[in-house]
Amino acid sequence: MAKILAVDDSASMRSMVAFTLRGAGHDVEEADNGQAAVDAARGQRFDLVLADVNMPVMDGISMVRELRTMDAYRGVPILMLTTESNPEKKMEGKAAGATGWLVKPFDPEQLLATVGRVLG
Amino acid sequence: MSKVDLAQFHQAFFEESLDGLDAMETALLALEAGSDDAELVHTVFRAAHSIKGGAATFGFADVAAFTHVAESLLEEVRSGRRAIDKPIVELLLRSGDCVRGMLSRSMGGHPAANAESEALRAALAAMISGGGAPAVAKAVAVSEDVEGWDIAFRPFDYLLKTGNDPLRMFRELAALGALTVDTSLDKLPSLEAMDAESAYLGWTLYLAGPVKRAAIEAVFDWVDGDCELSIVAREAAPKAVAPVAAAPLAAKPSRDAAANSESSSVRVGIEKIDTLLNLVGELVITQSMLTQFADGVDASQLELLRHGLGQLQRHTRELQESVMSIRMLPISTVFNRFPRLVRDLTQKLDKQVNLDMRGETTELDKTVLEKIGDPLVHLVRNAIDHGLETPAKRRAAGKGDTGTLRMEAFHRGGSIVVEVSDDGAGLNRDAIVAKAIERGIIATGEGMSDEAVAELIFEPGFSTAAQTTDLSGRGVGMDVVRRNVADLGGSVAIRSTPGAGTTFTITLPLTLAIIDGLTAAVGEEIYIVPLVSIVESVQLGADAIRSVAGGGELFRFRDAYLPVVRLHDVFGCEGSRAKIEEGIVIVVEGEGTRIGLFVDALIGQQQAVVKSLETNYRRVAGISGATILADGSVALIADVTGLVRMQARRKAA
Repeated sequence: MAKILAVDDSASMRSMVAFTLRGAGHDVEEADNGQAAVDAARGQRFDLVLADVNMPVMDGISMVRELRTMDAYRGVPILMLTTESNPEKKMEGKAAGATGWLVKPFDPEQLLATVGRVLG
Repeated sequence: MSKVDLAQFHQAFFEESLDGLDAMETALLALEAGSDDAELVHTVFRAAHSIKGGAATFGFADVAAFTHVAESLLEEVRSGRRAIDKPIVELLLRSGDCVRGMLSRSMGGHPAANAESEALRAALAAMISGGGAPAVAKAVAVSEDVEGWDIAFRPFDYLLKTGNDPLRMFRELAALGALTVDTSLDKLPSLEAMDAESAYLGWTLYLAGPVKRAAIEAVFDWVDGDCELSIVAREAAPKAVAPVAAAPLAAKPSRDAAANSESSSVRVGIEKIDTLLNLVGELVITQSMLTQFADGVDASQLELLRHGLGQLQRHTRELQESVMSIRMLPISTVFNRFPRLVRDLTQKLDKQVNLDMRGETTELDKTVLEKIGDPLVHLVRNAIDHGLETPAKRRAAGKGDTGTLRMEAFHRGGSIVVEVSDDGAGLNRDAIVAKAIERGIIATGEGMSDEAVAELIFEPGFSTAAQTTDLSGRGVGMDVVRRNVADLGGSVAIRSTPGAGTTFTITLPLTLAIIDGLTAAVGEEIYIVPLVSIVESVQLGADAIRSVAGGGELFRFRDAYLPVVRLHDVFGCEGSRAKIEEGIVIVVEGEGTRIGLFVDALIGQQQAVVKSLETNYRRVAGISGATILADGSVALIADVTGLVRMQARRKAA
């Protein structure tokens, strides 16, 4: 069981991700934008952060950059939930320090497989 | 793990998508009006992007395909490759409408795409310059007959900081086939110079078996550019394979986090709120029950009990107010659709109108909000179609070319007032009188006050489908507006000045869940009459009552004869007073008609938590609901509008 932070401004996507991960026994917290995620991450240490790219207030890329400045999050896996149409976003995310990505649309099985991949 | 049923997220997806479309429309209209706020483009893009992502995830392929094209066009705008202009805004507005339709068809389980959406999709695609070349899938040479793979992997020193771990990757490789790992220590610095978070090692791996290249590349997908990597097939005659490594990308600065403080909101199912509200209602009842009980308790304990009760009362009231506020939403959720409506109407009618909306943050009960939209749309359509003049006519009347349509919401007393006013021509008295005569509503307009003439437009049958234009029409008249508002416990008034404009004033109760009522006794029963409907309560002398043929009774009230409705007759209970002069007559007004409700006596005024009779029992004519009194007994709430209609039917029969 891991502590996972799910970040997405879309409530339906977020609840799908959270529901799936909780079903697999993980402890999931939700945030609806990058700033909220950074705030949540200051309060506690997550084993994995899953974040959408396009969000209001603070986008996913800025969030990764922000998290990577925090000592506690230097090596923590951060996965971007990105879309096929946006290959450059993957690179931008990587440059900011993201661990990897999961391409939307994904189904619960793909999500669990990818999460399993980083949690080992 | 059991399979996750995605259908459970559909409702949330539809709701947020519709919200997104509203935000998109608002932003597009602002852009069209000339705003150059970059955040507006981002808002529009984000809405399309989110809908696309959600639609694809939750299995609405048509919606995803459509929004994908819209998003591609928006990406060009966002990246500055294309300026946003009127044709694009127009196309995107239509696209928003189209997606709304597609979503509603999807909600109903119907195919989302139709001829219109396909045509619009083609129009969007045609606008995209360069065709937005899709990412070309990597041509992967499938060599099924390889013996194994030689992999050389040397991460750049920062790799661990990205959260990637070579060990995990090796574990993934090992799942594909038998893996041998050789570690190269040549770059390892002395212990003092070592940074624990840097990667110094390099590896040479051999993965045995007929593994596909794509499967291996997938393992290294995330570290592409963060390492030196070569993957070479071991064959009888191995071919040279180019290293996969790409130059690391420089970090592009992302746009500043916009300081738009979107207030966070929680979506809660209305039934949960209702349960909570119900519980709070019970609490209120308990509290007033205790208060009654305190009146008869031993004097020495009284002060303490009173003190405790005072506290309980304060807390319950605060709790009630905060729970009620959860049901309240800003009227902006309704007002938001009007800029678009006004824009479309004025374009169609060649009029110039400036929409001035005020008090958008005024909060209304969710149920009221849902039902107030249609009446407001009707009033706005009317104002633009009939009230406001064309620029030429306005000039002739000495006014500016552009008319003003004002929508304003505010609190007044315990009510919410929503006004729709225009600075147009005002009501045309002669035209209204002529039409009312033609429709047989009145015989002559002579001697009628301007107010009475204005009231004529609310008469059923005054406007019919045949004479309304396609704009203000749809066959709905002002009588329906008044009835819809009355169903919400509110009223509509009109004020008009020839040449200067017309104002419609809608007065609504703050909430439908709690009403202020007058409690009245009829025999053993207690009835509650909503305060908003009450004009006055009167005690009549015997000489004030006239009996009329057919058994009815009338009484004189302010220059008019009103019918008496004996509540004990209507509800079939035994009244203790038979003669009207022995009891009380409550004069009430519903749909502009006044009647007198005869009851035995008035008891007092109180707030009542409305409980539905329909859901707990069945619909009863003349009763709008029930409530529980302080002593635990049930009181019925009189439906004044219903009683007025019943009286009208009885008179007609």
